[in-house]
Formats: sequence, C-alpha cells, structure tokens
Amino acid sequence: MNPKLAQKIAFIILLLATILVIVPVGMIVVIIVVKGAPAINWEFLLAMPSKGMRAGGIFPAIVGTIYLVAATILFAIPVGVFSAIYLVEYARENLLTRMVKLAIINLAGVPSIVYGLFGLGLFVIFLGFGPSIIAGALTLAIMILPIIITTSKEALDSVPRSYREASLALGASKWQTIRHVVLPSALPGILTGIILGISRAAGETAPILFTVAAFYLPRLPRTMFDQVMVLPYHLFVVSTQIPNIKTEYTYATALVLVGIVLIANLAAIILRSKYRKKI
Amino acid sequence: MTIKIKTNKLNIYYGDKQAVKSLDIEIYNNEILGIIGPANSGKTTFLRSLNRLNDLSPSFSHDGEVLIDGVDIYSKGVDVNSLRKRVGMVFALPLPLPMSIYENIVYGPKRQGLTDKKKLNEIVEASLKEAYLWDEVKDRLDLQAMRLSGGQQQRLCIARTLAVEPEIILFDEPSSGLDPISTARVEEAMVKLKEKYTIVLVTNHTKQAARVSSRVAFFLMGEMIEIDKTDRIFTNPKDSRTEGYISGKFG
Amino acid sequence: MNIKFRRFSEFLIEKAIFLSGIISILFVVLIFAFLLKEGLALFKYVSVKDFIFGAEWYPISEPPKFGIISLIMGSVWVTAGAIIISVPIGIAAAIYISEIAPRKIRGILKSGIEMLAAIPSVVIGFIGITTLVPLVKNVFGLSTGLTALSGSIMLAFMAIPTIVSIAEDAFYSIPKRYKEAALALGATHWQTIWRVLIKAAFPGIVAASMLGIGRVIGETMAVMMITGNVAKIPNSIFDPVRTLTATIAAEMGEAVRGSDHYFALFAIGIVLFVITFLINLIADIYINRELK
Repeated sequence: MNPKLAQKIAFIILLLATILVIVPVGMIVVIIVVKGAPAINWEFLLAMPSKGMRAGGIFPAIVGTIYLVAATILFAIPVGVFSAIYLVEYARENLLTRMVKLAIINLAGVPSIVYGLFGLGLFVIFLGFGPSIIAGALTLAIMILPIIITTSKEALDSVPRSYREASLALGASKWQTIRHVVLPSALPGILTGIILGISRAAGETAPILFTVAAFYLPRLPRTMFDQVMVLPYHLFVVSTQIPNIKTEYTYATALVLVGIVLIANLAAIILRSKYRKKI
Repeated sequence: MTIKIKTNKLNIYYGDKQAVKSLDIEIYNNEILGIIGPANSGKTTFLRSLNRLNDLSPSFSHDGEVLIDGVDIYSKGVDVNSLRKRVGMVFALPLPLPMSIYENIVYGPKRQGLTDKKKLNEIVEASLKEAYLWDEVKDRLDLQAMRLSGGQQQRLCIARTLAVEPEIILFDEPSSGLDPISTARVEEAMVKLKEKYTIVLVTNHTKQAARVSSRVAFFLMGEMIEIDKTDRIFTNPKDSRTEGYISGKFG
Repeated sequence: MNIKFRRFSEFLIEKAIFLSGIISILFVVLIFAFLLKEGLALFKYVSVKDFIFGAEWYPISEPPKFGIISLIMGSVWVTAGAIIISVPIGIAAAIYISEIAPRKIRGILKSGIEMLAAIPSVVIGFIGITTLVPLVKNVFGLSTGLTALSGSIMLAFMAIPTIVSIAEDAFYSIPKRYKEAALALGATHWQTIWRVLIKAAFPGIVAASMLGIGRVIGETMAVMMITGNVAKIPNSIFDPVRTLTATIAAEMGEAVRGSDHYFALFAIGIVLFVITFLINLIADIYINRELK
C-alpha cells in the first residue's frame, strides 16, 4: 500500500479510538445533567430523606460527605506533604528510599475494597472506633496519600535547585530554606494534589462501606465517632437497593456527586495549567 | 597582612573524579583574590568548599584542611549555617529569591531571628547603598526582584549577601550573564567592598581579574599553578602555562 | 526567637519529616498484616487448596463452602474482557494524543481523560445499569444484561485513563533523535510511529497494560452493580459473574464478625492484595527499564 494512504488510514483509526474514549465521557456527564437537573431544588439539597428514601432530600449525605472529606484531608495533608518533602529534600539514593517509592506505588495500586477491609480491621475493630467518620476518614486518608505525595513531589522537584542554594548561602538552615523558599514556590502544585485527593475521597464507595457509611440515617452527625450517610454510598443504595424509586431522584443524586467531583477536578486542572505556565 | 583563609593539602573529589588536587593557598584579610583558569580547572569547586555548599552534592568528599581564622570549617562542631552566614556568596547568574526586593534583603537577617522592623529597614537601606543599588530601587522596594534588570538583580544579590554581615564574600563569575555597563557597576561595588571584607573572585575574564584583584591565582586541571601580585602575574608570570593562558593560547 | 529553641523545633520537624517519609512502608505492612490477621483464621476450617480451587461458594449454608475458583474466574473473565477492549483503544488514544493531535486539542483531550478517571466508580456503575445493561440485553437477545460483558465494557472505560496516561508518558520520554533519525531516512510519520516509537515505548506500554489490569481487578462498585453477582464459573462472556471484589463488598455487611464467613472475606482480601502487589511490582520493573 502507498505509505501516504496507510498513514491516512492509521491516523483516522487512532482518531476514532480517541473519540471513542472522549465522547462517552461527555455523554455520561450530559445524561446525568439532563436527567438529574430537573429534580434538583432546595428541598432536595437541604431536606432529610423520607418515605424510605423515595422522597425528601439528600441533605445528610451531603453533610456527611463534607465532614468525611474534610477529616480525610486533615489527616492526609501533613503526612503527604511531609512525605514528599522527605523524598525530594532529604532522601538519598539508597535501599530505604527505593522501598518507600515501591510502597507508594503499591498504596496507589491496592484495590479500594481492600482499603475497606483494612479500615474495618484496624480502625473499626482493633482500635474500637466503630463505623464512624474518624474510621472512614483515616481509611480514605491512607488511600489518597499516594496522590498527594506524587503531586507534591512533582511540585517540589520543579522548584529550581538554585533557590535552595541561594537561601543556604545566606546562612538559612535546611528547614528554613524549605519553609520560606521551597514550599511557597511549590504551593500551587501541592494544592493541585490536595484538590485531586478531595475529588478522589469524595467519590470512593468501597473503602467506606464498612467503615463509616450509613444506609439510612436521617440526622446529622454530632461527633467524629458518629456514622454518617455519604453521597456515593447513597447513590449505590438508591440505584440498586430501593425498588420503585423515581429515576430523577437517582439521577439528581448522581448529579450532585459528579458535580462535586468534577468541579474539584476542573479546579485542579486549571490551577495546574496556570502554575505550569508560570514556571 | 593577616591570613584569613588557608588550606592545607586540600583534595576534593566527586565520586572517583578529583576536582581539586593538593591545594595549599593563603588568602589575606581585606584583599580581593582573583582566581582564573579555563573551564573545569577546579575554581568554582574550590570556591564552593569555602562555604561548604559542596556538601549538597551526594558524591562530594574531601581531605586536607580548610582553615578560616585558624579553624577547620569541616571539623566537627562547626555549624554550617553560621559558617555560611560568615562566608557569603554571589552566584554566576543573578539568583534573586521569588519575592520582593525588600524581602530578598531581609531574608538572611530574618532567618537569624531578627524581627525588629526598624533594624530591618536600616539593614535594607545600608546594604543596598553598599551595593550601589539604593538610588535605583528605593521607591519600589515592594517590586518583585525578578522584574529588575540582570545587572540590578546581581547587585541585589550582593546587597542580600551584605545584609547578613559576612566576613568573606565569594564571587562565582559574577558578571557572566551581564552586559559591560552592568559589569562595570558590579566591579565598582566589589572594589569598594574590599575595605570591609575579604573577597575571593572566580572569573573567566582574565581582564576582570586584572582590573579588580590585588592578587591572582591561576588554576589548571585542579591544581594551582601560580599565585602572585596581580601585576606580576600579568607582566611576568613564572610558569609558562600561566603565560600561555593569559596571552590566550588556550582556555 | 531563641536559637536553641529554634534548633530544637527544627530537630523535631525533621524527625517528623523522616517519619512521614517512611510511613508509606508502614501502611503497606499494616494493610498486609491486618489482612493476614483476620484472613489466616479461615485456614483453621478450610485448606488453602480447597479455598483457592474449591468450586462452591456457599458461605452461609450449613456446612458452609468457601471455594473461590468461581470468583477468581469471574474476576479473570471480566478483567480479560476489559483489557482486550481497553489496551488497544488506550494505546491508540495515547499515540494520537502524544504524537498526532495538534497542541491545542491535546490539552483538551488530556483533560477529558482526566475527567473520565475522576468519575466515581459508583456513578459508572449507575450509568451502566441504566444505559449499557439494557443495550447488551437487547443487542444479544439475553434474558439479562447483567453479564461479564457489560462489566468488561464499563471497566474498560475505567482502565483507559490509567493506560493512556502511562503509555503517553512512555511515548513522551522517547528521545527525539529516534524520531528524527527515522524521519530523516524518509519514513512517513506513521511508519516512524509503527516501526520505531512503538518499539521504543514497549516497556511503557507493558507497564500501562499491567497497571490497567491492576485497576480492573481491584474495581469494586461498578462491577458489583453490573455483572449480575452469580457465584458460578461462567461458560461465556454473556453469563452473569461475580468477582472477588464484589463478593467482599456485597457480603461483609452481613458477615458476623469473627465468623468463618468474615475470615473468608478477609482471605479473599489477601488474594487481591497479593495479585495487585505483583502486578504493580511488574509494572514498576517495566517503568524503570524504560528509564534506562
């Protein structure tokens, strides 16, 4: 075959494959918005569910998700950012560092349901927290750690070495250099990682099944040791466990969840592209 | 003349590669010692051993002594941060930190724990004046330092170094990125600074060394070939290699 | 600030940094330890051989049966289907994005794929139930659309972002001179991609596929919602299946703490952990090979 023609055909096939990936993403979002938007109103967002979750709103699930994600981030940020600082600023090329990197890759690869088992075994039972916000948040925090470490590491790596030298040459200590020069320069990149972590934590279901999620609990949590309803689990419940439910209600639940997750992701993408331009 | 810096049989290695070979050098108080030589002759490596910035490279190792005021700066118990405060450094390319002019100057003093606003203001004014930059920036100290011209940035880096009140200032090819006019201003500042500080200047421009140094050392492939008064080095060098380098035969 | 106090607080901070630095190792060890702690208890009742190769999973009948071969086969079928779909499409998209797409479109495509990665698995499952499952049922004339095939298609989508991003990195990191040399010899752009770049990026492509497999095997919610949850060794891709992950998710809620059923679900967790650990290890080896 004529090489020019072969190239044309090949490129068209590659383009089609790409379209095959991108179009369904758009379709999923459009379907959810079109079918879910009509059911969204203040009552849906701010009322308790009623009639076996077939009516009313999803307020406790929204609040539960916010509490859970906030607690998760609170646990994950310091450990994740410090861990990235260790890898970029302190670690030498040795066996320990190699093991740390392998461990991070594996944390990223552990199935989310296995996190659920781990959270159940360690936090719920062994430490006696019971199914609670704190147990769920700690489980999710460990799960999103690799995301925060990897993005923070990338951000720290991109700070020019010369900044560090200039600071050290002025008599600043290593930590002062990190604190006053490196971290401020890396901040947008680190924030990107944190937002991606939020988005992941808000959308996961399997790790929270046995650690925090309540099937039906029409009240708000009072302490970190309370169980809560959570959006992704609520979507699972209304789409598979409750017969004869109005489809708009289910779609609207999906819309709220996807909205939170995608807006967070969009924010991260925008932040990152602005930040990359600056460097 | 009192000796400020002295090395005894200093060898510096990066991994297996030896960058400085058995160096014995004495640098006097309040002089400008110019160090010249072709690329990879160990000039910058030697300079960075004086404030222990070499420590940052994992493959760095050394033996021999580096004495400042008679104390080996590599001996145990020497605090490397206070050492770097005493031995300031101006880099080849202007390296302002990503903050305002004002913040750049007070960066060092603040890290030493100085918080008195009035004192900090005084330091900013004094060090910018010493670096011949005050008149150009006094009305816009909040400007991001990156937005200054290259020559201004380099003088800001000098001012920033002066702000921590060092005893020794190391210049690592300070005008390699600058135009002739900026270079002249930086050199002007340097000569003035000699009165208060001991200065070690690494430069690729033999003419620059001739203009500002009191003495000049010639390095070649990690060895110091010759060190002498500036005019003697340039008019009557003892070693033929020095003469060859200066007259432009190689390098 | 007092210098001594400062030194001391810096000392503490640097210790905290070190601890955080190596804490990932601790977490991996802890996860494995807790899976073992709860899961190994099962083997007082069941032999490892009967557990792995036993054909029947009847965890609450009397006496219970804890054979997971049907669950393993469920995972294998769904994963194999998903990989057959997602690897070619994912690699093709990665080539298009990294080599062919105009600069402006590239950013949009990458964001789109990141969006796909971000959609929660429970939402993918929900959309699968409402759109794909009826479609599969009608197109193939089945009694139910809740089949391994539906699961494979949905999971393929979830694996694609992983595959695209790793494969794209692989293409991106090929030295420019390979490409220039091939083009200079008169090869067309496509010949260069097909004969030179794919070969050069091969370790990265393998790593991308491995990580895609890891993602699919570990996926839980979507697969539980779409594949029909029948713990039987499937005969074809049109049969309903149940995966390892879905079994844990579906049954742990009802399993009595400390019962053999509860232990068995943790034992499945061990199997999953070991599989994904090995997959990630292999992928990591290939990624490092690519760097050399």
